[in-house]
Amino acid sequence: MSVPMQAQQAHQGLQSSTDWSWLNDWRRRAWVQFAETPWPTRKTEAWKYTPLKSMLDTEWALASDTSNATGIRFDGWDRTVITLVDGKLTDHDALPDGVTVRLMSQATPEQRASFEQRLANTLAGDQLFTTFNQAMLAEAVWIDVAPETVLEKPLHINQVLSADARDRVVPVRLMLDLGARSQMTLVETFASEADGPVFINPVTEIEVGDSAKLTHYHLLLETGDVRHLGAVQAVMQAHSQLNSFHMALGGVLKRKDIVVRHCGSGADVQLNGVYLPTGKEHIDYHTTLEHEVPHGTSHEVFRGIIGDDAKAVFNGRIHIHKDAQKTLAELSNKNLLTSSRAEINTKPELEIYADDVKCAHGATIAQLDKSSLFYFQSRGINRKEAEAMLSFGFINELLEALQDEPVKQLLRPLLAALFAKDDSLARHSK
Amino acid sequence: MLKVNDLHARVENTAILHGLNLEIKPGEVHAIMGPNGSGKSTLGNVLAGRPGYEVTGGTVTYNGQNLLEIEAEDRARAGVFLAFQYPVEIPGVSNMEFLKASVDSIRSARGEETMSSMDFIKLAREKCKAVDLPQDFLKRGVNEGFSGGEKKRNELLQMMLLEPRLCILDETDSGLDIDALQVVANGVNALRSPERTIIVVTHYQRLLDYIVPDYVHVLAKGRIVKSGGRELALELEKHGYSWIDEEVA
Repeated sequence: MSVPMQAQQAHQGLQSSTDWSWLNDWRRRAWVQFAETPWPTRKTEAWKYTPLKSMLDTEWALASDTSNATGIRFDGWDRTVITLVDGKLTDHDALPDGVTVRLMSQATPEQRASFEQRLANTLAGDQLFTTFNQAMLAEAVWIDVAPETVLEKPLHINQVLSADARDRVVPVRLMLDLGARSQMTLVETFASEADGPVFINPVTEIEVGDSAKLTHYHLLLETGDVRHLGAVQAVMQAHSQLNSFHMALGGVLKRKDIVVRHCGSGADVQLNGVYLPTGKEHIDYHTTLEHEVPHGTSHEVFRGIIGDDAKAVFNGRIHIHKDAQKTLAELSNKNLLTSSRAEINTKPELEIYADDVKCAHGATIAQLDKSSLFYFQSRGINRKEAEAMLSFGFINELLEALQDEPVKQLLRPLLAALFAKDDSLARHSK
Repeated sequence: MLKVNDLHARVENTAILHGLNLEIKPGEVHAIMGPNGSGKSTLGNVLAGRPGYEVTGGTVTYNGQNLLEIEAEDRARAGVFLAFQYPVEIPGVSNMEFLKASVDSIRSARGEETMSSMDFIKLAREKCKAVDLPQDFLKRGVNEGFSGGEKKRNELLQMMLLEPRLCILDETDSGLDIDALQVVANGVNALRSPERTIIVVTHYQRLLDYIVPDYVHVLAKGRIVKSGGRELALELEKHGYSWIDEEVA
């Protein structure tokens, strides 16, 4: 097929830059794969409800110069911050013992082979924009946490698009290897200060070592004319734990493909998420839990509130392989539509090839519970306020379960603004 | 204060109330008793304005106002309070937040200033103690995971904070053990005052040992068929409801 993706020049420009020649073959292969993949249409299952037409309006170029941008700040949270502006590392705090950070752009000739090897761990599969990320890769951040390291401070990857990012595509790769029996919290935030169309294409790839424990926040907080097409992949080794929270607010188009693979037995995964599109925004979460080995557990809860003319897509797949006996997997997706024009397409998918497993899944699309509304009104709370409180309550259950108070403190005012009484997430027009 | 005249109401196309009359003066405590299905809970829900409870005839006047024309939230602001038989659980909204929003709106309707968060927390804790609920119930989701008795005590807590003028207790005694019953009764008795009217809806007279009513009404087949003093409740306790049915027939 022809590549309607308006980024071919950017790819070619990247290839001709001599700094990158050591990765040229790798990127070229990815580009060919990307270019040969039929451009998604309504008939493409993975993109059925998420049209990519708006991606073609702009001739995307790679970011070159970047101006200053701050990104997300957490008040009073002692953390290690790594800031990436337009995909380039601009600043980082001193790294704690046991943590090494390597940048692809500064890889020594000796490091290049290991970089290439590590990059190859990411499975593009049928993820179109993971393949794209490989084809366009200008920077990758590789974080290694030595075994038996307990990080007191969370590591914050503060990604921000600057004012110069207009009409730019920003592909970023983050790789985290959490050593055996290590524990840490990884916070990824995405923000944009750009005025005009921007396209961020981040791929996060995590390996959680034997008996290691990771708390992960992946927060898409960009608003405005932002298109965010990316992926998160996690590989779980034996008896490892992952507690993962995703959130998406705002933006023209956001699509996140999340894949968690149980590769070592006895791993425990909690995967939660919240999406809140309003206006004409579009948010799409595609999640896959690959239970490849026995005794894995996964609990997944995603909730969304969709207002105005916004659209959301949730596709939650649980794949239990033949050998994954004694798996326990649960998936729940609940949605609240607050306008008659809002749209949600939700699909839980269960594929089970083992016979001794426990599995539950469900998806609902609801309106606010009438008894709850009456209860509030019978206590003098007016209908609008009651609706706002109950809508917020619908997702607040997941927020309250977060372990880190500073994350709640960051999100609360953002959500309060979103749920302010006159806003569409609380209006509940009939 | 409250005058119910020839009230007819139905729920989902089933007629439940068939011409109910009731008049209550400030400061009085009225008990409404009756067998299951007689319309006791319907009366409470109609007075509180629950959607789905359709009034098909009659009038309800509350302090000179036509109560039936007023939205549920405005009834609450005018001092009507229904203690629910089955309070709903609302995870995600903390009890404290709910109580504060409720008290704020009732106070502003009365023309009073809203309380500061600090003052409110202090007051809420105090009232928690009065109804024997641990303070951490304020932080939990509204009624979330509360036992039956805890839910009823939470209703009473709301009643104490909102200081309504017309309290309707819908089978507040159901599911309570004797200790909890006493706590609830003490709370209700503490709220008795010359300006406040209390309607106690109950199936059993047990609660009336603790909340002694001025009047007892027997509801059967959607109408009040007998009214009397405290002794009527004891009679019902002794003979059950069947003799009422016979009398009505």
